[in-house]
Amino acid sequence: MTTLDLIEKNQLGKIVAIETNLLPLKLIEMGCLPGNEVYLEQHAPLKDPMYLVIDGCHLAIRTETAKNIKIELI
Amino acid sequence: MSKTINVALIGNPNTGKTSVFNALTGLNQKVGNYPGITVEKKQGSCRLNHTTKAHIIDLPGTYSLNASSMDESVVIELLLNKNDKDYPDVAVVISDIENLKRNLLLFTQIKDLEIPTLLVINMSDRMVGKGISLDIAQLEQKLKTKIALISTRENKGIEFLKTCLLDYRSLSKEGCLDITKIDEAYFGNLQKVFPDQSLYKLWLVITQDVNFAKIQRKKVQDATEYKTQPIAHLKRLQQKETIKRYQFINQSLKETYTVDQSKATDYRSKLDRILIHRFWGYIIFFLILLTIFQVIFDWSSIPMDFIDESFSVLSEYTKTNLPPGLFTNLLAEGIISGLGGIVIFIPQIAFLFLFISVLEETGYMSRVVFLMDRGLRKYGLSGKSVIPLISGTACAIPAVMATRNIENWKERLITILVTPFTTCSARLPVYLILISLVIPEGKFLGMGYQGLTLMGLYLLGFVMALLSAGILNKMLKIQSKTYFVIEMPNYKLPLLKNVLITVFEKTKSFVVEAGRIILAISILLWLMASFGPGKEFNQAEEIIMSKAKVESFSAEELENKIASYKLEHSFIGILGKSIEPTIAPLGFDWKIGIALISSFAAREVFVGTLATIYSVGSDREETIKNRMKAERKPDGSLLFDLPTGISLMLFYAFALQCMSTLAIVKKETNGWKWPLIQLFSMTLIAYLSALIVYQILT
Repeated sequence: MTTLDLIEKNQLGKIVAIETNLLPLKLIEMGCLPGNEVYLEQHAPLKDPMYLVIDGCHLAIRTETAKNIKIELI
Repeated sequence: MSKTINVALIGNPNTGKTSVFNALTGLNQKVGNYPGITVEKKQGSCRLNHTTKAHIIDLPGTYSLNASSMDESVVIELLLNKNDKDYPDVAVVISDIENLKRNLLLFTQIKDLEIPTLLVINMSDRMVGKGISLDIAQLEQKLKTKIALISTRENKGIEFLKTCLLDYRSLSKEGCLDITKIDEAYFGNLQKVFPDQSLYKLWLVITQDVNFAKIQRKKVQDATEYKTQPIAHLKRLQQKETIKRYQFINQSLKETYTVDQSKATDYRSKLDRILIHRFWGYIIFFLILLTIFQVIFDWSSIPMDFIDESFSVLSEYTKTNLPPGLFTNLLAEGIISGLGGIVIFIPQIAFLFLFISVLEETGYMSRVVFLMDRGLRKYGLSGKSVIPLISGTACAIPAVMATRNIENWKERLITILVTPFTTCSARLPVYLILISLVIPEGKFLGMGYQGLTLMGLYLLGFVMALLSAGILNKMLKIQSKTYFVIEMPNYKLPLLKNVLITVFEKTKSFVVEAGRIILAISILLWLMASFGPGKEFNQAEEIIMSKAKVESFSAEELENKIASYKLEHSFIGILGKSIEPTIAPLGFDWKIGIALISSFAAREVFVGTLATIYSVGSDREETIKNRMKAERKPDGSLLFDLPTGISLMLFYAFALQCMSTLAIVKKETNGWKWPLIQLFSMTLIAYLSALIVYQILT
């Protein structure tokens, strides 16, 4: 198990748990929920922010936010 | 008998909600503000058939009913308030075929409010390219609604949507989620206290205050006191609610929405690989900006010259063809000159809004946000600050409003405070006229000096914004959680109709808003320049005549002498003279002083003011530029020489001369503290930099 900020390109992850109190509700509502699949589309320079696809939804978040999302690689 | 039904358009950002609104209403729309707040309110009308009209309100885009910004809270306040005159008879949820799952979250929330709800699935033109197929009949059954599959790009399905609206009474009001399933104890208890209320509405009211703890707003209902649970628990419940909703959505889409990946073409990743490349991404962004500024300078110069000429001809025509008198003078010297000062902006503003709306429509703006976030964070800004900083080149007012989607309060506040440094379109005419007066026409490496100076001034604005952001970042001690979430929408070709309507509406509102101020100030200025106290003003002719060597002047020279003597002793002249000692070290005379004073209402008044001041008493038909060129200092040298010109440009680059910006900053920051700090420090910076530059250059 790892956290989302460490995901690399061409890896597929599955969200295991989220720190509800540290994540904006908006992110949760965009599909950042346990059980959903996630992969990295692209890093911005210096690896931050991250352009992710979570459950088919394309969005970008900062790595400090991604640290609060636990994933397992599949 | 004709009747009107209220229709509310609701949807996530980037679903083409505005396209649907434009397709339904065309130009029958009006943009205003919600009372008391600066959220844009768009409404329009549409004829459904011979007897029924729809009053359509386009609500701000939102991802869910759990609002996290002022724009979003407008949606929920309307939908919870049955007494509002805009309360919808039917809610239309706009979704896009590619992101249907995420879009449906909002749909299920709206449906639970027990309002007749219609689902519009937009962008059907993309189904083939993406390999998507949809079983509409079955999905309608599962979602308990009617679905209109449309394509605003191909103009398909709009008529069908209208017939669905006519038939709104047949829409089911049944909800999607049994909210008690989330936490039976909590909601059971709530129901006991408020037996007659809808549980979901109560829940929304309770949680809204959680989201809005820091922002003052009127209470939606009295139930807000019912907060027996700690916030952390409420957040857990919200998460549980979201999970339940997605379970329902996944269930509904399972057999009805299928994607055949083998048929899907993906140009999005290919474009992304170039446009947000760690090197090429920045080069492309810089080239785009360069092109925009070059185009604004080149393309708008022709219509602007034409407008300038036309207004001076018009003013002259009025003077010669109307009976002479006070009214003719007011018309020719005050009103027409003042109006010319507004109309001359139209080409540039239209071009700026054109580019900005194209960048937004295509989805490119989100990529810029993504690219810039890390770099801007060093200065206490967010990637999302890019949008205010770029739209600030059009006008600081929409730019300050565009900071609303920055989630972090400190980043948002800094963005608001530094945005007025970006070169807004009101500065442009000041720059243009000064550049053409003091910068020579030569070329350097194929680029004209004049164009380069303008580009330099734009860069100066951005650099100053960044520098002060960096300083503010160090000084402000504000703790706020750093959330940054941005959707990366798919690329789209901009719809011409949307772009044109945006350009038209924004330009119109700018001209009308700014026009009122400029017109009022022009008239006031003319009055103050045409009247004066005491005998110095009223007996100007005798005083000049009695002076020595009068005989050596020609009649025309004599007339000019009298006119300028009168101006000097008019009310405005006295005012200008009184501040002259303060601004003389910057290289400004009392006439420029008058322009500075009137510019504090709005800087675009500068050119108009000088036009008014210089045209009072002048008989010849002259453009503003030629009149300014002819101005001399008492020692006979040119008034607008290089040091004065540069000093004046710097003053305008840094000073906050815009009442509307102050007003909007006051609204967005909830008080006078920040706008006053902003006004004071920007004026100080402007004064000091103009002083230093002028003293060095002379």
